[in-house]
Amino acid sequence: MRPSKPVGIVGWGVYIPRYRLKAEEIARVWNGGINNMARALRIEMKSVPSYDEDMITIAVEAATNAIKRSKLSPDRIGCIFVGSESKPYAVKPGSTIVAEVVGATPQVLAADYEFACKAGTEALQTTIGLVSSGMVEYGMAIGSDTAQGEPGDDLDYTASAGGAAYIVGSNKSEFAAEIVETYSYVTDTIDFWRRAEQPYPSHGRTFTKDPAYMRHIIQASRGLMKAMGTKPEDYDYAVFHQPNGKFPVKVACKLGFSIAQVKESIIVDRIGNTYSGSALLGLARILDIAKPGDKILFCSFGSGAGSDAIHIEVKDGIEEKKNLAPKVDDYIDDFVAVDYTTYLKYRGMIRFNER
Amino acid sequence: MSVPKYWRIIPHYYRLEGTICKNCGYKTPLIRKICPNCGSDDVERVRLPREGEVYSYTVVYSPPEGFERHNPYVIGLIKLKDGTKILGQIVDVDPEEVKIGLKVRMTFRRISVDGKSGIIQYGYKFKPVK
Ligand SMILES: [Zn+2]
Repeated sequence: MRPSKPVGIVGWGVYIPRYRLKAEEIARVWNGGINNMARALRIEMKSVPSYDEDMITIAVEAATNAIKRSKLSPDRIGCIFVGSESKPYAVKPGSTIVAEVVGATPQVLAADYEFACKAGTEALQTTIGLVSSGMVEYGMAIGSDTAQGEPGDDLDYTASAGGAAYIVGSNKSEFAAEIVETYSYVTDTIDFWRRAEQPYPSHGRTFTKDPAYMRHIIQASRGLMKAMGTKPEDYDYAVFHQPNGKFPVKVACKLGFSIAQVKESIIVDRIGNTYSGSALLGLARILDIAKPGDKILFCSFGSGAGSDAIHIEVKDGIEEKKNLAPKVDDYIDDFVAVDYTTYLKYRGMIRFNER
Repeated sequence: MSVPKYWRIIPHYYRLEGTICKNCGYKTPLIRKICPNCGSDDVERVRLPREGEVYSYTVVYSPPEGFERHNPYVIGLIKLKDGTKILGQIVDVDPEEVKIGLKVRMTFRRISVDGKSGIIQYGYKFKPVK
């Protein structure tokens, strides 16, 4: 899918909560201290939202940082879409809260998206369409989650919290990076789901790998490279969804990318899988360090299932924007480790009497 | 807090909007239709700065109803960059680390949750600037 007129990223911003739960602490509680699962998943620790954080507050922080980098007056943002699978309200949009806090209301299109881990890139695809058609001057897409895994399950080691926001515009002189081409690949593949009344998701264990994650990312990435006439070696960086530390490396190798091309974007080992924020945080890590002229292949994955692949070319405008807001590494490096009980308390997983 | 009351304070809670008097120049962090200083009704909304420093603070060990589970927590009187003073919770910090003069900036958080079926109220808090 090629935008009808050139569009680009004019601002990006991220947020990761300050608290961390270490894999060895999870293993202490559930596996007698045997840390095999974390070693297999290549997870050192995961981010934990504080008791007063949710996907809306995380989206607000990321959006605020993106606006700083864009230097835009927020009332010029014509659409705000927030992708998440951890909405605090079943009925009531989170995007209206984000739009109100950043000062984009009332002349704005706002909506919440859901597609497991790719809700944020769906939001981005729609934003690209609205900006390139000229329906809005600028648009903002956000992926934000406070993901939950059932205590003791494999997902308990990875499900974490964080978010990233991207502002898309069509004025070339403002581009930090141009979005040249996109490719979406979707099938009905049931690898991971949560029924409405259940607190934690269910998953198909090994079924989540080959028919789901691998197949959709490989097909979307190949489709994108075919449309662009590019090969893996044409890219400086490759960014994939990061459900654990193993999958993005495996899929990169299968596609013909080197470890060097993919390793800079991999942050899941230190913050866990931030779901809708995951691939978008990986991309932000690359924008934090990229140079004008660099080419990036980006591909998300969401269970259920689908992938959005995007060909991105870094422009001169990136340099002056880099230091206008905190970087991904600033959030990764500033952390406080908590124990499992504090984690349960912060996540609201301890039962009380209802008053 | 009732839904309409919360809704009316949203500009203050979400965007840190206050009121400035065009007659005497007095600035208050609250949303007012009449200037608390000179009584003029020639007032307008103003966005307050997002950064400031701790002017004074207290560590709450005996929280009011609804906040018992966050015990202990820190409430600061924050002097914003324009000199306006405003009360707010200081988060992502060990109470021991809070000092007068500590540089802080606004962060957006949950303030309270009304039971299982009521609304979630959001608003500003402050956190240390790194
Ligand atoms: Zn006055």
